[in-house]
Amino acid sequence: MLDLTPAEWTAVALSLRIAVVATAFALPFGIAIGWLLARTEFWGKTVVDGLVFLPLVLPPVVTGYLLLIWFGRRAPIGAFLDRYFGIVFSFRWTGAALACGVMGFPLMVRPIRLALEAIDRKLEDAAATLGANRMWVFVTVTLPLALPGIVAGVVLCFARALGEFGATITFVSNIPGETQTISAAIYTLTQVPGGDVAAGRLVLIAIALAFAALIASEWLARRAAIRFHGE
Amino acid sequence: MTVLAVDVEKQLGTLRLAVRFKAEGGATALFGASGAGKTSIVNMIAGLLTPDRGAIAIDDTVLFDSARGINMPPYRRRIGYVFQEGRLFPHLSVRQNLDYGRRMSGRHRNPKEFERIVALLDIGRLLDRRPRLLSGGERQRVAVGRALLLEPRILLLDEPLASLDVAHKREILPYLVLLRDDAGIPIVYVSHTAAELRRIATTVVRLDAGLVVASGGLELLDDANGDGLD
Repeated sequence: MLDLTPAEWTAVALSLRIAVVATAFALPFGIAIGWLLARTEFWGKTVVDGLVFLPLVLPPVVTGYLLLIWFGRRAPIGAFLDRYFGIVFSFRWTGAALACGVMGFPLMVRPIRLALEAIDRKLEDAAATLGANRMWVFVTVTLPLALPGIVAGVVLCFARALGEFGATITFVSNIPGETQTISAAIYTLTQVPGGDVAAGRLVLIAIALAFAALIASEWLARRAAIRFHGE
Repeated sequence: MTVLAVDVEKQLGTLRLAVRFKAEGGATALFGASGAGKTSIVNMIAGLLTPDRGAIAIDDTVLFDSARGINMPPYRRRIGYVFQEGRLFPHLSVRQNLDYGRRMSGRHRNPKEFERIVALLDIGRLLDRRPRLLSGGERQRVAVGRALLLEPRILLLDEPLASLDVAHKREILPYLVLLRDDAGIPIVYVSHTAAELRRIATTVVRLDAGLVVASGGLELLDDANGDGLD
């Protein structure tokens, strides 16, 4: 039914890889920032709070452009990472993952922060009296209790990463096989005569992936609820 | 015999808390009206609240001493604490709740002791349930078991019956009496209910507005009213 060309399959596979990598790398930062915002008071917290949510309100093109001038190969951060860690972002799929991770980040942080704020701190005190140091309290009580929020954050970030367009194309362009995701491929196909059929196929794939992500999140949320409240 | 020595001061809003007492063997009741500072005292013993000044020690082990700058963190104090609301971990089964203290302190499994305490509190058929599915009385028995399985130096019980109705109070009281005679460690028992303490306490420390107004035997409970437990 869906007779995708190899080039289209490449775009689908690339989109999935970029979204998975972006979400996986965003997760530890998402938990750390969510925890800082939920649990601590520090000077400049409002600024951090604002910075985290900036990609949500900025035009994606602006975010992409900022990434370009900071993480490009000759840009300050980009040059540093290239030189000392051999990590290159510009015009690579890794750059697309960075852009998607940044764009999905606010959507990930918000539910994690809310879940951490909702945890009964008295349970953490109880764990401490039972011999758990701060790290173990976090691992055995805080994280499991925040799990529904973490799952929600992961799904939202993944969905955003899968559909990201503006920041990605601005930062790493639209190179088939390297940075051309489903969204970018659809955009390209709509710009050429006779591309409608191929674009239609990719649109169907995009819809199917979005549905799959939604169903997966529902399933995970239900499982988490069963764990807490009993079957 | 193990002796808990408390001598602490703490300013809590408008309440000036300054208490000094010893607890050894049996069950020492912290008795007084709500707002007298009872829970704050046990929180300081457990290490969840830091006194402004003073010292807390169990025998030769100093838990807190402001003069010497000692403040042992709660996870190293090994003090069994049964909270008013139980505070069982909702994401763990009863068995995992009971086992939590042992796992966190890295001790070996001790099936005999586990079985003994499960039998003492009669919670064997609850082991695979989630806390959410327990009745109030069952929840508190599991909370007591969880604290005991820590193999604590002393046991703190903060209004363990307050959230229960009279029937459940009657159900759990005999277990607590059994515990007092069986555990062999000092128990600090917080309550504002004289009838409950008459069944459990061996010594009474009477508190009023953050101060110890009397300490001695059960006769200190006499001018208070019962609540139908006798």
